[in-house]
Amino acid sequence: MSDTLAGHVKFDNVGLRYGTDPEVLSNLSFTLFPGSFYFLTGASGAGKTSLLKLLYLAQRPSRGAIRMFGQDLVTMPQGRLPELRRNLGVVFQNFRLVPHLTAFDNVALPLRLAGTEEKRVVKAVADMLDWVGLSHRAHAVPATMSGGEQQRVAIARAVIGRPKMLIADEPTGNVDPDMALKLLRLFEALNNRVGTTVVVATHDVHLLKKVPDSLIMRLHKGQLSDPTGALRYPPRPSAPGGSGAA
Amino acid sequence: MSTLPPLPPESAPDEDDALAERPRGRAAARLLPPSRLTGPIPWVIAILIALVVIAAAGGLALRNLATSASAGLSSAVSVQVIEPNPELRQARGAAAAKVLAGMEGVAAVRQVPEADLVAMLEPWLGAGAGGGDVPIPALIDVELERTAGPVQIERIQTALASVPGARVDAQGDFLRPVNNALAALQWLALGLIALVALATAAAVWLAVRNAFAGARETVEIMHLLGASQRQIAAVFLRDVLREAAFGAVLGGALGAAAVWLLGQQFTALDSGMVSGGGLMLTDWLAIAAIPLAGVLLALATARITIALALKAML
Repeated sequence: MSDTLAGHVKFDNVGLRYGTDPEVLSNLSFTLFPGSFYFLTGASGAGKTSLLKLLYLAQRPSRGAIRMFGQDLVTMPQGRLPELRRNLGVVFQNFRLVPHLTAFDNVALPLRLAGTEEKRVVKAVADMLDWVGLSHRAHAVPATMSGGEQQRVAIARAVIGRPKMLIADEPTGNVDPDMALKLLRLFEALNNRVGTTVVVATHDVHLLKKVPDSLIMRLHKGQLSDPTGALRYPPRPSAPGGSGAA
Repeated sequence: MSTLPPLPPESAPDEDDALAERPRGRAAARLLPPSRLTGPIPWVIAILIALVVIAAAGGLALRNLATSASAGLSSAVSVQVIEPNPELRQARGAAAAKVLAGMEGVAAVRQVPEADLVAMLEPWLGAGAGGGDVPIPALIDVELERTAGPVQIERIQTALASVPGARVDAQGDFLRPVNNALAALQWLALGLIALVALATAAAVWLAVRNAFAGARETVEIMHLLGASQRQIAAVFLRDVLREAAFGAVLGGALGAAAVWLLGQQFTALDSGMVSGGGLMLTDWLAIAAIPLAGVLLALATARITIALALKAML
């Protein structure tokens, strides 16, 4: 079965608990399709971050099955996870930039870890910093950067490795509305031009209207609802590079 | 911010082994904060390596001493003929020497002249040792073609049954208590080396664990960005290698200097037995390998520590 038909990610009756606590996520079954743009919404404590942790492979589920890019995550040996992680771009809620590295080196990190030749790294990072409007801040360390600048460095780092899927946890939570919209347009551009699947977790309902073709997943007390119904069916085929949303 | 830049070409499919040493050079150096390994670990390693060098040199010197002391005595046998009557003693001594000379497996027989015996005993018995007041046994040195074991001693004893008062001793037996003591000291040196190696591993384990905890945020970020365990370990191992190498070279030099100075002191004693405990070229080569072994031990310990810490992460 092709990746498009099978979906990038398939959750089947997934549950997650931390230690012996009650489940923070229960009975999650859904499929994320390539080239789609998803919003993950829900109140604080609904389980958005926990679900994202499962998506960016920081956590294994307590039960159920997850397939990602055709691989079974539950049974996959730990040593093979890094290879899978390199298909993902993650924008963390608190950015998680490496504090002693400059903006340039933070953005370069995924390429260096993937073993890209340094000459190519320099060119790609310079282009990427230019893209997010931070060329002039290439040698700044995170502590000297504003929240918006750090956010853009985090986004540049997330997308520079040409990920199949971009996962962003509350990416607009620390920036003003203008910057939030710019960031959203940046995600859209990535989705439209490169065909990257985008998953954005947010509790800001106004954002949802800004991307009309987006699909919405709503979490409530660890349970998922599917208001658009799109999680159950593959999105309609779209123009090359389009979001492909239903 | 509106135009997506061209992205770099994707790298070839990654094999974990191929990535093992990546990122390299300055790129790897940039990945961890400059503080890295904490505290006095290079100095601790230096002290421990110096102790191991001294203990190992002591052990090797004792082994050489034991070997040197035993050499030449292993196939030597003493035959005493105890008889108060000097004429009878002389006759029985000659008879014993004749029997021994005719035995199979005997390489040489030498009856020690009585004058030599008197001269040997004079320091203890005084000038009157040869006066006849103290009966001195007839002494025959026998050199066998092979090591003087219990079977050979028994065979000689049987052959000398016709000589009254003849007593046979393997000369090596006289040194057995000394050899046992030297062997015990060698085991002590070996035990000390094992304990110090354990202490070195423990010190490295603590230092790496602290360094890992200090860089945990960075490690987690690297991990989530797709760094393999070997890549993360390699970044730490660079620092372990550098600091352990510094400590090992320093400790090795200090230990070797101490051993050399001690050697000079013992040489100045000009004692026949002690001079047999000198270090050979192979011993010095073995001592030179200790710092290298220390670095390898530190690297192995660090690698295991990091692997265990990373195992806790998904």
